[in-house]
Amino acid sequence: MSELSWWILGACLTAYAIKLCGYFVPRKVLDSPTMSHVAATLTIALLASLVTVNAFTSGQELVIDARIGALAAAIIALAFKAPYLVVVVVGALAAIVLRASGLAA
Amino acid sequence: MHATSASWFTPATRMGLSIAIATGLYGISFGALSIAAGLDLWQTVALSALMFTGGSQFAFIGVISGGGAASAAFSAASLLGIRNAVYGMQIKQALRPLGRHVPWMAQVTIDESTAVSLGQSDLAEKRRGFFTAGVGVYVLWNLFTLVGALLGERMGDPAAWGLDGAAVAAFIGLLWPRLKSVEPVMIAIAAAILTALAVPVTAPGLPILVTAACAAIYAVATGRRTPAATEHGDLESIEEDQP
Repeated sequence: MSELSWWILGACLTAYAIKLCGYFVPRKVLDSPTMSHVAATLTIALLASLVTVNAFTSGQELVIDARIGALAAAIIALAFKAPYLVVVVVGALAAIVLRASGLAA
Repeated sequence: MHATSASWFTPATRMGLSIAIATGLYGISFGALSIAAGLDLWQTVALSALMFTGGSQFAFIGVISGGGAASAAFSAASLLGIRNAVYGMQIKQALRPLGRHVPWMAQVTIDESTAVSLGQSDLAEKRRGFFTAGVGVYVLWNLFTLVGALLGERMGDPAAWGLDGAAVAAFIGLLWPRLKSVEPVMIAIAAAILTALAVPVTAPGLPILVTAACAAIYAVATGRRTPAATEHGDLESIEEDQP
């Protein structure tokens, strides 16, 4: 195996070990109200962070492109209580239409 | 739960399948970009099958294609994977899995499976959401990684199909149902601003970790004064109101 292959294998094992770590926090710690509050807050913050990263970034740059249109279209669909799959499709279509019409990159 | 033949096809499984398709198709771009970065077919397939955490995989090949050392690629990928430990903690708390299920559940503990699972209101739905999204993304991500690797760059950019827009919609669709009161909205806005501020000054992936750390500190500091901003929290408070 090449040196790169060994690094890949090591990175894969590390990734799995990190995932397993989350499951070995003692249950007593997880049962506290503070932990529930932390988990709820973390979920919202992580999702908002993932939205931001997926919508506005390219590598280490902040960019405005067709994805902001996809975000806006998805929010409109959500405001009209559209099913989840419809929201996802609306996001894709908005990006396609904005790019095809030359309105956004 | 009604024991009908179609009782497995619930909102959680529909959401899980939707995000599995939207995310899985991204495997094409990973496969193609990995080959373009100089990895061979088996190295590419191994990353999706064994590492199986998209952000880390993209970080790994991004460092390699940028001329970085394999050790640097290893570090970037591992740092990005740390958030999966946070997800594992949340999934363990929410699903209370049996020990013998932990080995496979840990492997499919990623952004999508965690988000779909925690977005559900009852335990059975949380489990269905985790299983459908986790296993669904795993199968499709690996399948489309292989397709992408075989087709190489000829398949082109998934952005041309609007899949990057679909991913944005998928994440806002998961966040939206949680924004039921002022506090979660303020947390989401603060998290978005913090992430945007961190993007230019930290390595790819780190803004999410910085935001998670700040959110955890804020949550510990505000303690128990506010109820959990989840559907689960709402259900608990409803139960408390009953005689």
